[in-house]
Amino acid sequence: MKTDTIASIATGMTQAGIGIIRVSGEEAIGIVDRVYRNAKGERSLLHAKSHTLHYGYIVKNKDQELQEHAREDWKKSILDEVLVAVMKAPHSYTMEDTVEINCHGGVLVMHKVLKEVLENGARLAEPGEFTKRAFLNGRIDLTKAEAVMDVIQSRNEWALSSSMEQLKGSVSRQIKELRSKLIYEIAFIESALDDPEHISLDGYPERLSGKLEEFLAEIKKLIDSADYGTKMKEGINTVIVGKPNVGKSSLLNLLLGKERAIVTEIAGTTRDVIQESIQLQGIGLNLMDTAGIRSTQDTVERIGVERARNLAKDADLLLYVVDASTPLDERDDDIFPLVKDRKSIILLNKSDLTSVVGEEEIYEKVKDKDVRIVRTSTLEHTGLEELESAIVDLFFQGKVSWNQEVTITNLRHKEALQEAYDSLRLVVQSIENGMPEDFYSIDLMGAYAALGRIIGEEVGEDLVNEIFSKFCMGK
Amino acid sequence: MEYKNEVDVCVVGAGHAGCEAALACARLGLETVIFTVSIESIALMPCNPNVGGTSKGHLVRELDALGGEMGKNIDKTFIQSKMLNGSKGPAVHSLRAQADKAEYSRAMRKVLENQDHLTIKQAEVCELLWEETGAKKKKIKGLKTFTGAIYECRAVVLCTGTYLRARCLCGESITYTGPNGLQAANHLTASLEKMGIEMRRFKTGTPARMDKRSLDFSKMEEQFGDERIVPFSFSTDPESIQKDQVSCWLTYTNEKTHEIIRNNLDRSPIYAGIIEGTGPRYCPSIEDKVVKFADKERHQVFIEPEGLYTNEMYVSGMSSSLPEDVQVAMYRTVPGLEHCKIVRNAYAIEYDCIDARQLKPTLEFREVEGLFSGGQFNGSSGYEEAASQGFVAGVNAAMSLLGKAPLTMDRSESYIGVLIDDLVTKDNREPYRMMTSRAEYRLLLRQDNADLRLRKKGYEIGLVSEEEYQKTCRKKELIDQEIQRLKETKVGANKEIQDFLEKNGSSPLKTAASLSEIICRPELDYGKIREIDPDRTLLPADVIEQVEIEIKYEGYITRQMRQVEQYRKMEKRKIPENIDYDDVPSLRIEARQKLKMLRPVSVGQASRISGVSPADISVLLVYLEKYRGREKD
Repeated sequence: MKTDTIASIATGMTQAGIGIIRVSGEEAIGIVDRVYRNAKGERSLLHAKSHTLHYGYIVKNKDQELQEHAREDWKKSILDEVLVAVMKAPHSYTMEDTVEINCHGGVLVMHKVLKEVLENGARLAEPGEFTKRAFLNGRIDLTKAEAVMDVIQSRNEWALSSSMEQLKGSVSRQIKELRSKLIYEIAFIESALDDPEHISLDGYPERLSGKLEEFLAEIKKLIDSADYGTKMKEGINTVIVGKPNVGKSSLLNLLLGKERAIVTEIAGTTRDVIQESIQLQGIGLNLMDTAGIRSTQDTVERIGVERARNLAKDADLLLYVVDASTPLDERDDDIFPLVKDRKSIILLNKSDLTSVVGEEEIYEKVKDKDVRIVRTSTLEHTGLEELESAIVDLFFQGKVSWNQEVTITNLRHKEALQEAYDSLRLVVQSIENGMPEDFYSIDLMGAYAALGRIIGEEVGEDLVNEIFSKFCMGK
Repeated sequence: MEYKNEVDVCVVGAGHAGCEAALACARLGLETVIFTVSIESIALMPCNPNVGGTSKGHLVRELDALGGEMGKNIDKTFIQSKMLNGSKGPAVHSLRAQADKAEYSRAMRKVLENQDHLTIKQAEVCELLWEETGAKKKKIKGLKTFTGAIYECRAVVLCTGTYLRARCLCGESITYTGPNGLQAANHLTASLEKMGIEMRRFKTGTPARMDKRSLDFSKMEEQFGDERIVPFSFSTDPESIQKDQVSCWLTYTNEKTHEIIRNNLDRSPIYAGIIEGTGPRYCPSIEDKVVKFADKERHQVFIEPEGLYTNEMYVSGMSSSLPEDVQVAMYRTVPGLEHCKIVRNAYAIEYDCIDARQLKPTLEFREVEGLFSGGQFNGSSGYEEAASQGFVAGVNAAMSLLGKAPLTMDRSESYIGVLIDDLVTKDNREPYRMMTSRAEYRLLLRQDNADLRLRKKGYEIGLVSEEEYQKTCRKKELIDQEIQRLKETKVGANKEIQDFLEKNGSSPLKTAASLSEIICRPELDYGKIREIDPDRTLLPADVIEQVEIEIKYEGYITRQMRQVEQYRKMEKRKIPENIDYDDVPSLRIEARQKLKMLRPVSVGQASRISGVSPADISVLLVYLEKYRGREKD
């Protein structure tokens, strides 16, 4: 039985970002060969011997294929420096041709490498699929079949729940609405085909064209927002908040490794918002230091404070700096609501001095047991590593244990959105080519099914139900 | 003394399903008896006076390709013919013919009467005879009629249509009869239930028939048949059926009609709660249409002749179970029907049928060896759906007696395959009607290529003659050769070609192109490029049609074939009959229950059961592998 080629991240995505991408199936070697270059810039995997290790680079294949000059300058297309292991069937875990790419460049880069592999012909593996293949190909003996079945079912349940967890309510609502619009159009076409004497399609292609434009724009937006890669590239918008003179600017400088904000002992020194971008273990952070939040008469500073509040509302991440050496006051009470139920980290700064604010007090104020608290001293440069890992944790681990799945789930959503988008493009093409209306519904249905995968809904009898409920048919 | 007979196959019911089942068995050499409560009801059309229509036309052509009778019979007896959806893609072109009902029935009866090995018997079948062969397993032994006669046989095909415990409703008046006042069959249900067969109750309806002389056609739009008539049967010579056709007529309901209906809803048995059966959504009564689509100002009404030798006209679009006085008042608000005289009232009919998920894809009962069923008894609706199933049930009854491989078709092979898969896999809560949207691979399942798809199967069964089969083989050869020639023949970007393209509103060539590439252009076709293709030989029209479709829609067709390839992989993974789902760990509870109940024959069928997830399917695949390993040991 000919099988397609699957790929996935095979190791936990640790903070260090070192991990393996596994590709298995008949095309595995060919696909990786397309995106791999050895130190001399040559494609060299096709004739690689089984069980050999290759040092080289993963490159953006599109650049290489599309642009002549890019081939000369191939180093510009490098995504990551890698070690590639080639294992030929049947001497691999799945007993199929298998290639493992050892990446070094961090979470974002690994994500990009996987994406590159997928774009060159592999399909994202289903949960537990490597194990399933290993079993079906005879690698795992029959007595372990039950364990294999367990893995498949539990991984699948896990993937489903994590998928739903990651879908914001608004996104799944939007997808549902989009689907109901799509099924309406399909049902209309199909009713007309089934009952041509009652329902006419005159002028319909033009009407549909207009709607398709809308649908496409909507999906495009979803793709952009679902794109973690973009998020990471554009950076996580991080706002540092806190009362004046608790050490916000010092923290910023510490993270930047240079003096940028003016740091003095006088409260309210930072009057404007200061923005800087840094890289933290492959993740981009756009750090914004704000004026301390307090009631102020100073006009310039008041504008700064308001901006701080607004920024805090739109931020992806809030770093709330608390001076651990002075008691909390009403100004802190103003800030706690800002960080509640948000991705936020509370920093107990000035931990080098005698501490009067403890974790317990913070937990009580925020009323959120899960809030992350890190003790730092910007003066003594301590707590920085803990902060970094807390940030990475918050974005790429969430509350789940298999952190690579977060990326995978996202990739899965994106893949489905892209498929829906491509299907609708095909409908546009069919209209442009003057194809009869019955051809539209083939690809409209493709888009409908793809969107359904994101929210875990199957197609089933939807179409027939829609036809009967919305259109008056028959004798 | 008992009156005892011994035959091979008994077919119960002589409607469209029963006729096909009986003919198939008899033609395959098995001694067959067909039972009917009334000889007059053989191949009766108790509802609409036509055969075919969207997707149903596909069924008839497929049935014909396999060796069924319906296509030939309608070709003999039609009085108007139309290809529906002609302006749309080839996949949804559908043939529909108005039948002379009486002639249709008479012609089919003649075929049955003259068929060797076939006996027609007017009798009500009351009881099936069987024996236990194991836990929950039974085997059919014969049947018993109302008069006590016993027919021992090895297979029974149930095609009882709408006759089982039938009752007809017209407003407050209820009669316990089958369609058209024919005798109902009131005893068989109890016998089936005793065998453990689960029954359900469905409902359908039919509109009034009117006296032609009382209608004013000047107020309606005339609907003509096609100029060039396409036959249903691949065996019918098109030239032999070009004839004068009769017209149908179109008129509309209006606000006044709807008002009368709304004011009398409480007297409709459905809305009053008297009808318990589930009615079909696709064939709503006029009451339903008015209630459900309240914003529609008018509904179409087609007035169709019931035959050449009768004045009765069928009022399509206005079936109803309202009382007679309301019916008359409502019909008379419609333009052209102001003075209508109703010959037969509209009525609704309720009947017993089964949940077809008790059947295998061969249409044999899972628990009863030798018991097959087809048609409305299986929960479908429509003459064409019935005939298709009757044929498959009959053929498979015969195949099992002859010890030959059964006839099954998957969803990528035919509409009949889709129909049966839906019936035996899905939970149908209303009479099932075929629709083109139900066929996911419809681009491949066209009415124009039914012979290319299915003649071979018909030939292998033994219901298509050597000559007919060879005809299809030759056609296939010609198509393939011509497509190859068009792909290989290149034309250069010379002046002659460019002039030709310009003349036809097509953009000029940049480099040489094949003729097939040129045919692909939306504004061109096979006929139009004749002048730049001097080497072509004269080919039959049906060959050209295929060549053109294959070339023009190649991209879509290839895409669909790839989907089919994926689909078939899972269909090929058969599930052993004796699988114990309790022994499969990690299945979710819902999936386990559904699989235990439906016992799908393949992993593909399992994947279409609602409540069985892709992960359950993966688990099942792993289990099957283990199972296979165990078998080997």
